[in-house]
Amino acid sequence: MLSRLEKKAKQMKSKTIKVDYMARVEGEGALYLKIKQGKVEDVKLKIFEPPRFFEAFLRGRSYKEAPDITARICGICPVAYQMSAVHAIEYAFETKISPEVRELRRLLYCGEWIESHTLHLYMLHAPDFLGYDDVVQMSKDHPEIVKKALRLKKTGNDIMNLVGGREIHPINVKVGGFYKTPAKKELMAMYDNIKWARDAAIDTVRFAATFQFPDFVQDYECVSLVHPDEYPFNEGRIISNKGVDIHPNQYDYFFREEHVEHSHALHSRIRERDNYLVGPIARYNLNYDKLTNTCKEVAAEIGLGTECCNPFKSIIIRGIETLYSCEEALRIIENYEQPEFPAVEVEPKEAAGYACTEAPRGMIYHSYRIGSDGLIEDAKIVPPTSQNQKTIENDLRNFVPMYADLPDKDLVWKCEQAVRNYDPCISCATHFLKLNIVRE
Amino acid sequence: MANKKPKFAVFKMSSCDGCQLSLLDAEDELLELLGGIELAYFPEASSRMLKGPYDIGLVEGSITTPRNVEEIRQIRKECKILITIGACATAGGIQALRNWKDVKEFTKIVYASPEYISTLNRSLPVSSYVHVDFELRGCPINKYQLIEVLKAFLNHRKPNIATRSVCVDCKLKGNVCVMVARSTPCLGPVTQGGCNALCPSYDRGCFGCYGPMDSTNTSSLAAEFREMGETNYEIMNVFRSYNAYAEPFRKESEANEK
Repeated sequence: MLSRLEKKAKQMKSKTIKVDYMARVEGEGALYLKIKQGKVEDVKLKIFEPPRFFEAFLRGRSYKEAPDITARICGICPVAYQMSAVHAIEYAFETKISPEVRELRRLLYCGEWIESHTLHLYMLHAPDFLGYDDVVQMSKDHPEIVKKALRLKKTGNDIMNLVGGREIHPINVKVGGFYKTPAKKELMAMYDNIKWARDAAIDTVRFAATFQFPDFVQDYECVSLVHPDEYPFNEGRIISNKGVDIHPNQYDYFFREEHVEHSHALHSRIRERDNYLVGPIARYNLNYDKLTNTCKEVAAEIGLGTECCNPFKSIIIRGIETLYSCEEALRIIENYEQPEFPAVEVEPKEAAGYACTEAPRGMIYHSYRIGSDGLIEDAKIVPPTSQNQKTIENDLRNFVPMYADLPDKDLVWKCEQAVRNYDPCISCATHFLKLNIVRE
Repeated sequence: MANKKPKFAVFKMSSCDGCQLSLLDAEDELLELLGGIELAYFPEASSRMLKGPYDIGLVEGSITTPRNVEEIRQIRKECKILITIGACATAGGIQALRNWKDVKEFTKIVYASPEYISTLNRSLPVSSYVHVDFELRGCPINKYQLIEVLKAFLNHRKPNIATRSVCVDCKLKGNVCVMVARSTPCLGPVTQGGCNALCPSYDRGCFGCYGPMDSTNTSSLAAEFREMGETNYEIMNVFRSYNAYAEPFRKESEANEK
């Protein structure tokens, strides 16, 4: 197999390909690939999204503002920022939230996972597999599928609207809980629609499973939160399949960020080893046993298995996680009782706080150092895309030789698709894509 | 061709992508809206990127890098109608907090090798560099207002976007005033509506997502905040957030710096 690939590679003429702006990803970035005699000599995921300096201007702001300010890092996954910020600060102040608030936060995250996963699965990634430029083109041939996708996405937004106040930059999240909690009947009004969404999510998994996937399996170090009782959103230990098992407060010691010239995003690696993978595949592989029975049955029906190491199949796992989120939302709504108080009292003190939560794209880390006056002295935020950046580059290094004899246009398409496997959020990563292939 | 669909483009400067996402979040209206136009350039949603000129261009994000300046001048040349969307594009956004600081110092805080970073000293709205035909405010924008603005320009009429304060919307909704009843500082009296008084409806004070309304009396509101026990530093920060560099908010925050 390898020798055939090597032969193919040697036959390939060395040259230069350029594409200037990568589409269907969130934010601005470029990809630079230098191919010499069929081998990838250099690969750089360039992030030219302007730097926005969030960590710097959090300094001197009240801890109370952290969920609102950090939400503005990303319009696609603001809940991930809000959840990570409040949990890190509550860790610092030793604030114990109520069980009802804990459940409502999971519900809010379900909304974001449904919305974000459906957006990426149908609108950004499916067109790659089906050969369309965008979902509008796709809707001409598959109007019913696209209509169903839009309604599924809207169901996620409806949850965020009710629990968070609005879908983009929700306003209802605060340190200690929420500003206002919904009444049971307001949640129940969404119940039948979420049941519809659960069935639509099952159809989504079956739809994604019909796509053609390249035979591309990688040996990843998968990293995600693992919680003893549930598929992870807001809590758990940081676990990897190669031996990491730590509390989020040890993240800074075990994970390192490096600043590389070609990117406005910092690259992450595990201190003792190298690059790693966060996101749906990592979560699925480490938390399969915590999925609902329906998720396991649908995974078995399409032959997915309990572990997946083909990044192109992340689209199927996004479908399964969408299904999980619908079922979890139904469970939470069934058991919900409106708490007497929307939030607990918070007592600021001089302290440091750390938290990881699971954004749709993968684990996100926040840490804060806060003064006795409640003002933030220092903040550090590590979004999922910057953690995956090196792994994306590695994937391309290994993937391109398989397709090196394709015409440039098709090779570019394949490379872009390989990057989109990660649902990269470049706006997040800068607090990243444009494609250049150089063949020599 | 007499019935040629207008060419529509969406551009991004320095931003969080939330405002252009608002378009994709209009699930019920999306297919109908996009059916009436030619989606010529919208990289976040489509691999098809047609060259200009365009009939309508939407711009999200503020101008923060030398590259942004070059891009926005070129975009202006290519768009018959240029509409800016969101607090970043219309006021400089949250990243305008750099405008009061030393950007070199900021770069050092976030990046280990500041020499790799190319950025301007200030984050400014698009209108500071080129003529803009319509500014739609909000952090994020309201998707229904966006649909109204697009329909208006497609039909050659003036967009019907109310410029009254959040306070008026709040009264119309019948909310209890969070300032009067709970002594919670609220920017509602000086902030343009568009969110349907969202924060007060969730028992918290408005924090100015839609920017200052016309003819505001920010100093009177600041005095009220002081009465309520807020410090100058807190008042400075209340005005210095997502629309910090919009003039009335900028001046009021500077008046409370000491």
